[in-house]
Amino acid sequence: MVDLKISRYCHIMDNKVFVDGSLRFEDRDAIGLKQFTKSIYRFLAPSYNKFFKMDEISRLGFLAAEVLLKDVDLTDYSSDEISVILSNSESTLLTDQNHQDSINDFDNFFPSPSVFVYTLPNIMIGEISIRHKFQGENTFFIVENFSADLIANHINNLFLTNKSKVFVGGLVNQSNDNYEAFVYLASDKGHLQHNALKIKSLYNNKIEY
Amino acid sequence: MEELIEKLKVQIIEQLNLEDMEPDDINPEEPLFGEGLGLDSIDALELIVLLEKEYGIKIQNPKDGQKIFFSLKTMAEFIQENQK
Repeated sequence: MVDLKISRYCHIMDNKVFVDGSLRFEDRDAIGLKQFTKSIYRFLAPSYNKFFKMDEISRLGFLAAEVLLKDVDLTDYSSDEISVILSNSESTLLTDQNHQDSINDFDNFFPSPSVFVYTLPNIMIGEISIRHKFQGENTFFIVENFSADLIANHINNLFLTNKSKVFVGGLVNQSNDNYEAFVYLASDKGHLQHNALKIKSLYNNKIEY
Repeated sequence: MEELIEKLKVQIIEQLNLEDMEPDDINPEEPLFGEGLGLDSIDALELIVLLEKEYGIKIQNPKDGQKIFFSLKTMAEFIQENQK
């Protein structure tokens, strides 16, 4: 049995932010992810101007990590012992489309460098890692449906092979009509066993929100 | 020149997503990069695109960028000298 535990998890969906299954923040009036992430940003007030330069899905991942790691002390670990392993089904499709829209017309060909740099989902992991000074492993899986098995196996392997000691794992996704973030923190200091069954059960808590 | 500087302030705030900033917060003489507005390398590329898109000006020699984008004022002067 892997001695890796989950200490906290966070869900962001439907204009609500949950931590360990409890509602922490809600903005019913926010229309769309862009407005809602601004609203969460004002609530958390991290004072991090680079946030506004991120694409929508990176903002979502960044804020999910902010909520998850708020007041968490990781000073017992070195920066290269902390990893971020995420997944989703859409990659950065909406940002890819934004970029494509800017280069469709040859006579109006003005690709935006700041849009282009976000056309990869692992850039979101980069933003989280820069913010929290994480220098461990990072992987972003693209899978059709959220796979707790995939995330659990990958993280457990990294832990068992001493590649890393602390993990931010989960899913950050955005499609045309929906968005969702589910992230959890795993280390040797949690209280819930880190395995696919438990991750699946925490993820499925959203049905009750 | 004054009018162009004011227009540039609005365009820069919009193009670079400087959402916490108002036009009056930008001192035209202050450096855009480093200790001034604190812009980064991606912002520099955005400014190059802005010049081309909004003013039809292409920077021929990339080495000139440092001088052109030193401040809002140097940027406005460059636009005034080069706009067709």
